[in-house]
Amino acid sequence: MKDKARGTATLILRDQTFTVPAGITVREAIRHAGLVPESVLPTREGELIPEDERLQDGDVIRLVAVISGGWA
Amino acid sequence: MKRCRKCGERAVIYMRQHRLALCKEHYLEWFVEQTARTIRKYRMFTKHDRVLVAVSGGKDSLALWDVLWRLGYQADGLYIGLGIDGGIAYSDRSQEVVEAFAQERGLHLIVEDVPTLYGESIPEMARRTHRGRGKPCSVCGLVKRHIMNRVARDHGYTVLATGHNLDDEAAVLFANVMTWQVGYLARQDPVLPARDGLVKKVKPFFRFYERETAAYALLRGIAYIYDECPFAQGAKSIYFKEVLNRLEEERPGTKLQFFLGFLKAKKQGAFAAIQEQAEGELHACEVCGQPTTAPGRCAFCRLVTPLTSPTPTPSP
Ligand SMILES: [Zn+2]
Ligand SMILES: [Zn+2]
Repeated sequence: MKDKARGTATLILRDQTFTVPAGITVREAIRHAGLVPESVLPTREGELIPEDERLQDGDVIRLVAVISGGWA
Repeated sequence: MKRCRKCGERAVIYMRQHRLALCKEHYLEWFVEQTARTIRKYRMFTKHDRVLVAVSGGKDSLALWDVLWRLGYQADGLYIGLGIDGGIAYSDRSQEVVEAFAQERGLHLIVEDVPTLYGESIPEMARRTHRGRGKPCSVCGLVKRHIMNRVARDHGYTVLATGHNLDDEAAVLFANVMTWQVGYLARQDPVLPARDGLVKKVKPFFRFYERETAAYALLRGIAYIYDECPFAQGAKSIYFKEVLNRLEEERPGTKLQFFLGFLKAKKQGAFAAIQEQAEGELHACEVCGQPTTAPGRCAFCRLVTPLTSPTPTPSP
């Protein structure tokens, strides 16, 4: 990362909230929160966003859990 | 920033195991095309088949029904009401979602409600029979399989399709390998041909990662039930999926190789001896007429106390 952006962004997964530093990519942020990127889809205002996007100060990213259970 | 392989616009999804980035429009197109390819490659069904899609209200089954409809297959839906509330009116809400989906697209939906037909919900059946250590999942699986086959036979469907994705299949395989349930290994297959009164069963999404079916539902704007079945929480299947996703994270393609490698080994006869045993003769249940491994009543008829006297289905 060249320019270290200031501030933080928020990740929301179901009823959990994670605060992550701005300036890192969505993918890095998911890992930073201790989550596995393969298990979630990042969205902003209901739209799917690319994992290589860099987070801005104040960003709110909702993670859609992709794993569903049961042996169906 | 990754760009769409087809048009060069900014990609919304990158599939590491395929090294493929796509924009929204081309992802939706790719997903539908891939499904069509899988259906053809594994000879699942053709446009002449009448396909019955088992829909739960979740992302996978609704995405499957949507794709089959777009591809022009004759695909009707089957919703099975399980009578599960779990404090979130799980079954009622699932049914509403499925009915709205069918109505919007003008699709034909068959609804079978377990409590209405058999006088008990799935959790009640599980409690009465003390099956499954407080979890009704095994009773639920048994009842669903029975009803799906009965409806398919009664209404003349030639194929039953379910929305299982690669993560579902890899997790089942992983669990069965961990405990060496070799009998289950022989039976696990994305295509189970029809035999002795069992309708052909297929899983057209078995090559898609769960992430991909979720992305399709999201990008297509399909309204689905996001909440888990209340009984799935803490399920072993979820645990195994998470373990596999951690492996996938370090080595993209791991899940896919694991499952496709299994299918290849099976095709080469690695499980031939067990398969022969598993394919022993089936008998018609003396109550409902559906196929069962042992003579007498089938597992379903031993479980339920039907309100209505069942009419045996004639063998085809
Ligand atoms: Zn594109
Ligand atoms: Zn029976």
